[in-house]
Amino acid sequence: MKVCVSSSGKEKSSNVDFRFGRCSYFAIYDSENAEFKALENAGIASAQGAGIAAAQQVVDEKVDAVITGNMGPNAMNLLKAAGIKIFGAAGGTVEGAIKLFQENKLESIEKPAPAHSGMGNQKRGW
Amino acid sequence: MQISVLSGKGGTGKTTIATNLAVIMGGYYVDCDVEEPNGFIFLKPNISKSKDVSIPTPQIDYTKCTLCKKCVQVCQFNALGIAGNQVVVFEKLCHGCGACLLACPDGAISEKERAIGKIDAGQSGELKCLQGVLNVGEPMAGPIIRDLKEMVKEESSLIDCSPGSSCNVVKAISGAHYAILVTEPTAFGLHDLKIAVELVRKLKLPFGLIINRGNDDNRMIIDYCEKEKIRLLGVIPFDRRVAEIYSRGNLLIEDEHYREIFEELAENIREVVRCS
Amino acid sequence: MQLIIISGKGGTGKTTVAASFAYLEDKSIKVDCDVEASNLHLVLKGDDIERHDFFGAKTAKIDPEKCQKCGECEKACRFNAISDFQVDELKCEGCGACTVVCPYQAVSLDDDLTGETLISKTGKGYLSRAEMVIGAEGSGKLVTEVRKIAGQYKKNNEPFILDGSPGVGCAVMASVTGCDAALIVVEPTQSGLEDFLRLLSLIRFFGVLPFVCINKYDLNFDVTCQIERVCREEKVPVMGYIPFDSTVQRAINELKPVVCYPKSKAGRQIIMIWNRLNERIKEEIKK
Repeated sequence: MKVCVSSSGKEKSSNVDFRFGRCSYFAIYDSENAEFKALENAGIASAQGAGIAAAQQVVDEKVDAVITGNMGPNAMNLLKAAGIKIFGAAGGTVEGAIKLFQENKLESIEKPAPAHSGMGNQKRGW
Repeated sequence: MQISVLSGKGGTGKTTIATNLAVIMGGYYVDCDVEEPNGFIFLKPNISKSKDVSIPTPQIDYTKCTLCKKCVQVCQFNALGIAGNQVVVFEKLCHGCGACLLACPDGAISEKERAIGKIDAGQSGELKCLQGVLNVGEPMAGPIIRDLKEMVKEESSLIDCSPGSSCNVVKAISGAHYAILVTEPTAFGLHDLKIAVELVRKLKLPFGLIINRGNDDNRMIIDYCEKEKIRLLGVIPFDRRVAEIYSRGNLLIEDEHYREIFEELAENIREVVRCS
Repeated sequence: MQLIIISGKGGTGKTTVAASFAYLEDKSIKVDCDVEASNLHLVLKGDDIERHDFFGAKTAKIDPEKCQKCGECEKACRFNAISDFQVDELKCEGCGACTVVCPYQAVSLDDDLTGETLISKTGKGYLSRAEMVIGAEGSGKLVTEVRKIAGQYKKNNEPFILDGSPGVGCAVMASVTGCDAALIVVEPTQSGLEDFLRLLSLIRFFGVLPFVCINKYDLNFDVTCQIERVCREEKVPVMGYIPFDSTVQRAINELKPVVCYPKSKAGRQIIMIWNRLNERIKEEIKK
């Protein structure tokens, strides 16, 4: 089981970043071999669609679940299409979030936060 | 003959000047401020025709797609993603550039048109009116501005640009024969006027200036014009009445005094456009 | 807490209100999101202590050494940005279609300077702002950067006061997202009312708490009443009314916030709006 946390730093002790598309790092933990690594978020550099670029990176890492604060509609669409589950963290460290996840204590996120510039989801009516 | 009306910042009365001048000068009035077109509020044309403006977006033929990811990698706008065994297209981010189509080695991408806004055409008395309207939440104003400008290519027209100095203003004024800058005599107005001047100079467009809401502070703008050798086309004096007429959505030239001011202004503009 | 002062279009008195708030809350960090024509620094003054180039877009570049003048790039470009084997930077969207078709790898995408970010230390706290390169793309991204840099100056729990960008476009979305509350400055004009409704839907979309103040409310009482009615229906609290006052223009030209003229009608009202707004936001946050 591979889980990815949006993180503000490269360590297990770094804080969870509440932003998905514009977070600094993706901390990835593989429970099969207890391997931990942190990748720089490639989405940050994007002029637009940061969430999608970030989501693509996570999809390519073949993770099973993502833990974050807020996720825009575009990123969520892509992760859902890849069958990746999304969970909300209330705060704390990356390590803490992974622990709560393993104990099934995190709630899954079903609804996207408002998009920044993508505006892909228009369900709320203009 | 295209004349563009622009201002470094919003709220200087650009639309007021453009609509009133257009009625006097005739031809076409074209509202290129597609994010917030306001000109029709004052001109009140009967809209006789509307057409959608669309841009091409990719669609994937899965009988040919090998999920090679080349389209995702080439897209500079992150409008494509690949997940599981499908390519997800995020239409609102697509600029319609066609790079994905060119990059696909398997010919799996074709294009379909997607509406991003519309163009309304109508008539207000003798004046022909066009406005572009961009759907809220759409990022690409460019194609609508381009289509608007294409429609009046050979015609006498007054182009009402969006405020500021962004790429959309550049699109609206490029190809024009003359630019009218509108400012107000405040320190903010002067600061933003300098930006607009830099923009038209960069595009090598002949231009003149109109001071709107003129008052005792005109001097600060006039001094700047003299220093920079910018032609002052005219001054619309400030009057609380103007603000009241505007707030009711009426044209200033309905007032006899202002009609004379605008007629003089139009005469000045015809003169300088002939000479430049 | 992040409070944004915003209006559907420019020239409605947004900066007049924002500069006054910035002056009244001197601990706040100020952010000027109007990157195309920033004005707040003219009033708040201060010295620039930090500046950075910002590369917010990409432009195609043709290497004349490698170019064999085959013309494929010109055919591929849908924005008419290439002619005579030269790229027109103002027309280039940075899409990269030309780089795909070039058989000689002569075309590349280069980072494009789109603006400069600045931090000024004013007599009333820090101000983060930017100057966009004229005719550049990606003003929204520059706004995001200005807000990010402002965030680095947060030490304790200073509030942020943002002067929003005009319009309802991409830059506005970038300035509104993530704010707690928005004060919409509306003028009672026909166009003002329409712009207000578009802006309100956008603010709601981003989950930001909307408030309204009506500027120059005495210019057209009919429309002022209409705005009030809309606000009641939409359940948006009206925080106050600023009368038409020639002191506002005097204040702008003397480069001072209008609240520095406490006897002026407009200055007095803005102080009252600020106090009311603060109470309301505190209540809402408690909820």
